[in-house]
Order: sequence, then structure tokens, then C-alpha cells
Amino acid sequence: MGDSAQLWGPVAVILIGGLVTYLWRALGVALSGRIDPEGPLFAWTACVAYALLAGLIARMILLPRGDLADTATLDRLAAAAAALLVFFLLTRRNMLLAVAAGSGGLVLLTWLRGAVL
Amino acid sequence: MTVAPASPHPDQTGFGSPRAAARAALRDTAGAPAVVLGASFIGFGALVRQNGLSLWHGLLSTATGWALPGQIALVELYAVGASVLAIALAVALSNARLLPMTVTLMPLLRAPRWSGWTYFAAAHFVAVTGWAAAMKVCPRIPEDERLPYFTAFAAALWAMTMATTAVGFFLAGAVPGYVSLGLVFLNPIYFMLVFAGDANVRMRALALGAGAVCGPGLHLVAPDWGLLITGLLAGTLAYAAEKLWSRRDGR
Repeated sequence: MGDSAQLWGPVAVILIGGLVTYLWRALGVALSGRIDPEGPLFAWTACVAYALLAGLIARMILLPRGDLADTATLDRLAAAAAALLVFFLLTRRNMLLAVAAGSGGLVLLTWLRGAVL
Repeated sequence: MTVAPASPHPDQTGFGSPRAAARAALRDTAGAPAVVLGASFIGFGALVRQNGLSLWHGLLSTATGWALPGQIALVELYAVGASVLAIALAVALSNARLLPMTVTLMPLLRAPRWSGWTYFAAAHFVAVTGWAAAMKVCPRIPEDERLPYFTAFAAALWAMTMATTAVGFFLAGAVPGYVSLGLVFLNPIYFMLVFAGDANVRMRALALGAGAVCGPGLHLVAPDWGLLITGLLAGTLAYAAEKLWSRRDGR
């Protein structure tokens, strides 16, 4: 029974997540041509979405959960800085290389700490 | 992003038929945006495993949600034990940009040939990569070919992300622990870069900065509702600051 709760509990939450996401898309079809996508309401929702997601990403880097929580904060910040460096300075916004630098950088730094210390 | 409006000129040759447009779309998916998208869903698969969810949960989320910011918010909030209401609101706000995106795209895809429900089915596939491709290509091809082009393009990406979600899930369990760290770290880095690249508009920069400052702190105060409060508080502050700022500039 514990197993089935572990399977079906998240399923319900995920389906609700899928539903609220689809509602935006369906509403977009229904309202297309009738509302101005540049209007103030959309500007405000865009601000809320950007702020919410920036908050989530900052939290995932600064205060991660799970195995990432065992890595050094300094290593995560250094890896993020390496990604920004590759993205903005070393390449013309090459997303793949920059993400590889960030993720690979964290792996490398964590491995080095384990190997050296 | 600025996009040219649908061209009314009959000089558009297109791909020859709706079927040919769909085939062309499948070819067009092969490119850097699809590789980045695939990699970010590898990160999502790894995140799903990291948070103790099963492969089926990850696949169901990618199949029904298919908008990565909301999917990540859902997994992270579920893992800290947030209520269903808090999760649903955070997912809805994370994905709110799908409404203006769909509103902008749909007039471009309309053609008498396709019935009304078709658009509601195709709308499920609206997400950034496919949307950007359709906004670019569709104005240049005949009306009948636009919906097939968009749907084939986006549905192919959707299928690919289902596969890479599974790849990420298995990979995270197969590689040493310090390597799977890198997989889980993919999406924080990816979205940090997307947002940093987007911060060239003052209102966005304000919202991103305020959110990044409030997010970690409010998470410590209230892990379940902190994210929503961050969005509403920091987002509204940024919006108000932009209004004040542009009013002052206007004088």
C-alpha cells in the first residue's frame, strides 16, 4: 500500500500540473485575436513568472536539496561563474558549451575535493 | 523577440503540400535548439530520480506538462512537501507565458481547411522552441501548411524530450554520484543562462534580480509557499518599479 501511495500520490499532483499548464494553452486558442498579448496584465504576469523562476533557480544553486546539498557552496558558485564566463565572454552565447562548463565544472571541483582532501 | 507578421503575399511557395510541410518540419528539428532542449530534459530526468520519484512520474510530467520551468517547480515543491494548492499555483504562474505565446501564434496557424478542435489539440505542443520556429517559418508558407509544420515540429520535439527524460533518469542511476551531480545541476545552470541572456529589458532584469534575491530567503522562511510569495512580491515590485521609472523617463 505504501508503494501504491508513492506511485499515485505524485501522479495526481503531476496531472494537476499538466492540467493547469494546458489551461493556459487552451485559453490562448480561445482568446487569440481578441486580447492584446502586449497589454499590462501580461506584463505583470511575465514579471511574476520571471521573479518566481529566478527565485527558484537562485535557491537551487545557493540552497540545493538532495545530493547537491553535499557539494560546497563555493564550488557551485564557481561552476555558475564558469558557465556565465563561457556564455558571455568566451563564446557567442553557446548554450551547450556554457552548460557543459557549469555542470562539468561542478563535477570536476567536487571530484577534486574528494581526491585531494 | 520581434517576429514578422504573417505575409499576405502570394509569392510564398512553401513546401508544396501540408504533408510535405510536416516532413520539412521534422528535418528542421535537427539543430542546436533541439540538442539544448534534449539536454535540459536529461537534467529533468536526473532531477526526478534525485527527488525519489519514478521514471513513470518523469514521463507523465513531460507528456502532460511539457513546459520545463513548471515541471521543475512541481518536482522541487513536491519534494519539500508543499500542498497541492501551492504546487498548482506555482506551476500555473511559472507557465503563464504560454497564454500570450499561444495568443500570438494561433492567428498565424489558422486556415479554413482545419477544424476548430485541431487547434486545441495542437496547442498542447506550444512551448518555446517549437513556438519560435513556427513564428519564423509560418509567415513564409501557405496557410494550409502552417498548422502541419508547427504540429510536426513541436510533436517531434515532444517525443524526443520523452526519450531524453528517460535517458536522464537512467543515466543518473548509472554514473558515479559526483557525475550525477552534474546532471542535476544542468537545469539551474541552463535557466540561469537563459535568464541572464533575457535580462536586457529593464522590467525583466528587475523581476529577475528581485526574484533571485527573495527566492532563497523566503524558501528558508516558508519552503512550501516561499516560491509563490517570491513570484508575487518580487514580480509586482519589479512591475511597479518599471512603471514609476518609465513615467519619470517620460517627463
